[in-house]
Amino acid sequence: MSEFMFHSNLNNQNNLIKNKLQLKSRGETVLQAREISYRYGTGSWIMEDVNLGVKPGEVVGLTGKSGAGKTTLAKIIAGYLKPNHGRVTIDGYLLQEKNAPHPVQLVWQHPEKVINPRWRMEKTLLEGGTYTDELLQDLEIKKDWLRRWPSELSGGELQRICLARALGASPGYLIADEMTTMLDAITQAQIWHTVLHMVEKKNIGVLAISHDNALLNRVSDRMVDFSMIRDKYETKK
Amino acid sequence: MRINRASHKQEEGTHFRSSRLLEVTDFALSFTTYTGGLKETTEQAIKKLDMTIDTGEIVAVVGASGSGKSLLANAILGMLPANATVSGLIKYKGKALTLQDQVQLRGTEIAMIPQSVNSLDPLMKAGKQVRTMIKGKNKKEKQREIFAAVGLDEKVERNYPFQLSGGMARRVLIAIAMVSSAELIVADEPTPGLDEQALEDSIRPIRLLADQGKGVMFITHDIGTALRLADKIVVFNDGKTIETANVKDFYGKGEALRHPYTKQLWNALPQNGFHTP
Repeated sequence: MSEFMFHSNLNNQNNLIKNKLQLKSRGETVLQAREISYRYGTGSWIMEDVNLGVKPGEVVGLTGKSGAGKTTLAKIIAGYLKPNHGRVTIDGYLLQEKNAPHPVQLVWQHPEKVINPRWRMEKTLLEGGTYTDELLQDLEIKKDWLRRWPSELSGGELQRICLARALGASPGYLIADEMTTMLDAITQAQIWHTVLHMVEKKNIGVLAISHDNALLNRVSDRMVDFSMIRDKYETKK
Repeated sequence: MRINRASHKQEEGTHFRSSRLLEVTDFALSFTTYTGGLKETTEQAIKKLDMTIDTGEIVAVVGASGSGKSLLANAILGMLPANATVSGLIKYKGKALTLQDQVQLRGTEIAMIPQSVNSLDPLMKAGKQVRTMIKGKNKKEKQREIFAAVGLDEKVERNYPFQLSGGMARRVLIAIAMVSSAELIVADEPTPGLDEQALEDSIRPIRLLADQGKGVMFITHDIGTALRLADKIVVFNDGKTIETANVKDFYGKGEALRHPYTKQLWNALPQNGFHTP
């Protein structure tokens, strides 16, 4: 905060611009998907004019039918897909492609599909940049897992590695797309307790996508039904 | 929902007498692997497993991911890799299963709903994949009936697997198992990643199969769905069956459950406190 004050005193002009942008997002959420429309090729629209926001330190639960386009929206927000219309902003700024990890990291449903089977776990983990012993401890990852191959770990253990890889990129936001669907109840509870702890500690915003309403009720601060924001006319009401 | 089903079950008991369909006793499975040159090691994947399935019964096998549940399914169907060694007894209709029997029975008397939606033929339209399993005439009609029963739109039959969402592909797999005349159905994690409606649409036909007198082994890690669907729950942990629990024992803080792991599993559910051990 004091650093910000220092800069703002130095450069009033710059500050003004910044203030304007902040005014825009005041009272609104800080990671924003604005008026997103998307379709694959020339097919029918999967979503039109979707608006969704996540604040830092907030867990937003996103529910909806299978095949409705929740994962597509997640991919757009995390920068894997470019929307046909609309934009994704953080603090009012557009996310730009830089040679750095994306500020929004996505954790997928099937960890074994997003890990190179021919890399030892440490190499996979380093894709996210760095990792610290503290992070490994928080996620209950044992040091000796790092020398193993993916086939030598269980689904829950692999998902912890994926989560560590995502958090190693020190993202501002995390999207958990059915992150614990493939795991048993105990592992699910353990992983979510860790994530909620990280949310508090590092003030990360989380978009949690799941069909399990009981889970979303438990972990999220507020819930969004995708069918309500997906339809153009619903949103504008 | 649970109460409805219980009363339904009682009624159905008067219609036919259930008999033992599958009996697994003292089942163990190990893998022989070579690590570093010629060093041979055996890894015990399943240590001791006991369970029974009667006709008209749905038995859920619940346990952590990677605890060997899918191996059990593959063992019953005789689809284990070559380096697997099994011991113990699997009896089907009172007769010990040999590999020969298994090859003969699978697909006809014992059907499987596989875990992966990649099991669908990527180059065949969904409707045709179901029709190839139907014997006799009026294949198209029968296939459409089944599609309606599992809540699939009629136009889905003309789609290739890559055009289906995860939930739709799952229901096609269930439809394939339903049209076969199998008496024992082994369902390996058929329901993850389905929304409430699709879940309902997929478990209803499985219930229907049981009501027709078929036995169903329902392998899952989702204890919530298992409780909605199954008649009894076999809890599987660390390569062993630790408890066969009645569905009605799952209430409150798990006071009626005998094994501590079952209690932990119950209490870790988001609706039951979300506790970690």
